[in-house]
Amino acid sequence: RDACAEPHQLSKGETIHTLKTESETLKAKLEEERAKLHDVELHQVAEKIEALGQFVMKTRRTLKGHGNKVLCMDWCRDKRRIVSSSQDGKVIVWDAYTTNKEHAVTMPCTWVMACAYAPSGCAVACGGLDNKCSVYPLSLDKNENLAAKKKSVAMHTNYLSSCSFTNSDMQILTSSGDGTCALWDVESGQLLQSFHGHSADVLSLNLAPSETGNTFVSGGCDKKANVWDMRSGQNVQSFETHESDINCVKYYPSGDAFATGSDDATCRLYDLRADREVAIYSKESIIFGASSVDFSLSGRLLFAGYNDYTINVWDVLKGTRVAILFGHENRVSTVRVSPDGTAFCSGSWDSTLRIWA
Amino acid sequence: SLETLLALLTQDARRENSPNMEDVIGRMQDEKNGIPIRTVKSFLSKIPSVFSGCHFVLGLLKTPLFVPLVEALHLGTLMAAHGYFFPISDHVLTLKDDGTFYRFQTPYFWPSNCWEPENTDYAVYLCKRTMQNKARLELADYEAESLARLQRAFARKWEFIFMQAEAQAKVDKKRDKIERKILDSQERAFWDVHRPVPGCVNTTEVDIKKSSRMKNPHKTRKSVYGLQNDIRSHSPTHTPAPETKQPTEEELREQIKFWQAQLDRHRLKMSKVAESLLSYTEQYSDYDPFLSTPDPSNPWISDDTTLWEMEASKEPGQTRVRRWGFGIDEVLKDPVGREQFLKFLESEFSSENLRFWLAVQELKRRPIREVPTRVQEIWEEFLAPGAPSAINVDSKSYDKTTQNVKDPGRYAFEDAQEHIYKLMKSDSYSRFIRSSAYQELLQAKKKVKHLKQFDVSHKNCNIVKYYYNLK
Repeated sequence: RDACAEPHQLSKGETIHTLKTESETLKAKLEEERAKLHDVELHQVAEKIEALGQFVMKTRRTLKGHGNKVLCMDWCRDKRRIVSSSQDGKVIVWDAYTTNKEHAVTMPCTWVMACAYAPSGCAVACGGLDNKCSVYPLSLDKNENLAAKKKSVAMHTNYLSSCSFTNSDMQILTSSGDGTCALWDVESGQLLQSFHGHSADVLSLNLAPSETGNTFVSGGCDKKANVWDMRSGQNVQSFETHESDINCVKYYPSGDAFATGSDDATCRLYDLRADREVAIYSKESIIFGASSVDFSLSGRLLFAGYNDYTINVWDVLKGTRVAILFGHENRVSTVRVSPDGTAFCSGSWDSTLRIWA
Repeated sequence: SLETLLALLTQDARRENSPNMEDVIGRMQDEKNGIPIRTVKSFLSKIPSVFSGCHFVLGLLKTPLFVPLVEALHLGTLMAAHGYFFPISDHVLTLKDDGTFYRFQTPYFWPSNCWEPENTDYAVYLCKRTMQNKARLELADYEAESLARLQRAFARKWEFIFMQAEAQAKVDKKRDKIERKILDSQERAFWDVHRPVPGCVNTTEVDIKKSSRMKNPHKTRKSVYGLQNDIRSHSPTHTPAPETKQPTEEELREQIKFWQAQLDRHRLKMSKVAESLLSYTEQYSDYDPFLSTPDPSNPWISDDTTLWEMEASKEPGQTRVRRWGFGIDEVLKDPVGREQFLKFLESEFSSENLRFWLAVQELKRRPIREVPTRVQEIWEEFLAPGAPSAINVDSKSYDKTTQNVKDPGRYAFEDAQEHIYKLMKSDSYSRFIRSSAYQELLQAKKKVKHLKQFDVSHKNCNIVKYYYNLK
């Protein structure tokens, strides 16, 4: 069916209408095709594996020092240092193991919603309401003013929601309230690739954990999770089953699937090979949004932070909740597992960060 | 009924002020099935319209899915903190599982009305309180401080504020005594939510990313006490959201192309995918510190960093070596694995494939400025006629690469690299895993030494630079 066949006879409105219908029909057909291969539920197949035992997860370190809501954090590859950013504009680098603060920078804007540690451990990137992503090299000289060496890299037309270095200190991937994601060359600030496809704010992104792959996933206020080819800028796969904003996306460690956390109070697992949602993590007693999710090293556990101040730990395969962690006194805004999986860090609007193990 | 309650609770929470909380409250207040609300006699007076904390908790626990108790208490406390009910004798909004008395908040003051009361309203309220004689309505310290601050801030308007307060007090006095008790307490609870006791969470705070997109983007501008509102500035993150644009013809054609491409995708059956997820998790569970205690210990728990020191050493332990056997990516991910793999290939005089692969990975990590030069260097070393480390690529990839090199970008060698990766995976890697070099490492006893901590990431750079011999 080629709607272009009679351009002279159809009015613009009718063409749009025909195309719209065609698009919707195809979309429905896709859902049908996806459903055809759904011969079993993940949790049913998972019945044959042993249930997890009781967990003893406690706060092992509490990092106090931010004056206001902690919005984001990231781990250094050395497995013990972290960078965190806050509503009051402060970005702090900590040795989480000793709880010592090692560097602090005050950004010229409030609501620093994104921060990331460079793979070398020698720099951090951050941004937020300033619509930019800036890189700060970390000086060994504690007295040196970090702000002086600041390098502006990314420029969006709305707030920066998330940033991540690729496998290198030289490229940064960003997501923004302007509805786009972008890949930047750090040294020159040049835009290498932009990614268009979301129809509302993009809130989160995550790079695929592959040695060879060039893909990442993003999630946003249009309730969609999109998978992108970094090389071409194309959206290669899209999932839309959440009922509200997707606040966070994270790859399963094999790279074949990813999890999401949403304002609809659920977390979900999508598999790229099955091309569909394969699990929902929810409970009647959980009625507040999930702000942040991350997997344990094997992918068996999903740690999810919520707006009801708790962290719920899910058995990814069986779909059950294995623990609920209390401790934070306000919303949990960020949750990340350390590079070697020995702990995870949570940041909260109560202005603290906690390391759990 | 409980089933309906459960059904209501599973409705999506679309907004930050969850309608699900309101449904819970609605059920609790239900005349037939809700919790007991009564008037309590106290000394010479009556306390109207209250319920006990323990009854509320019981109401939450009635549905079997709310266990454990700690969750019910937590949820109840959140509902109080959001302002759906309040303790009659405390400014601090928590739920206690005992005989403490609580009262429901009037729907007028519910968070879903998106209240954002001004400081002028708060000033009128505090001023009004000072006009009342009851000892129990005396201002708390923090309220007195707030009042003093507001008097300074609104010095010029104060006469007007005072008049409003007087007018309000007059209206209040006219009310029936019981009604007044209830309304006073509800009004106070409203302010406890919007001007919380110092140290308590302000549940009205919103995530700035969401604030301008909430259902009522302009918030309730009406004044609590009928005052003129100050002009509010727009949300700093968004201009007023335009109506969702209708897609253009171009966009629709793109969408159609996208759906068609998705339909062509090869999909796996769920049963296959599930098995794959299970086996991956199974394989790595020994390496997951949350599932298997790390050896010798988890530094965060034991306060002993030996685990990290061991990992930083050049002598890999058995478990680490075993992991390289899971797949070629594990070898390529681990710097020590890469080193061993390379060493093995060099012993066979076939290291050019790996060196090429590493070189291309490194190319993609360089600043864009350095890319053209690097592309040339890699071409000369590995692919040009007479290249010293010539690799074998299929003719299609070779031709494509030849073209790419003329206009060099970061992905100039993508096809060649993919071909080489597949080759390594099926050939070199399997030989490596079967090699005596690898097997020896696998059997070798772990040397327990106290080692200096190395900077692993720095080592990465050096190894890669050394092995592909580029300047």
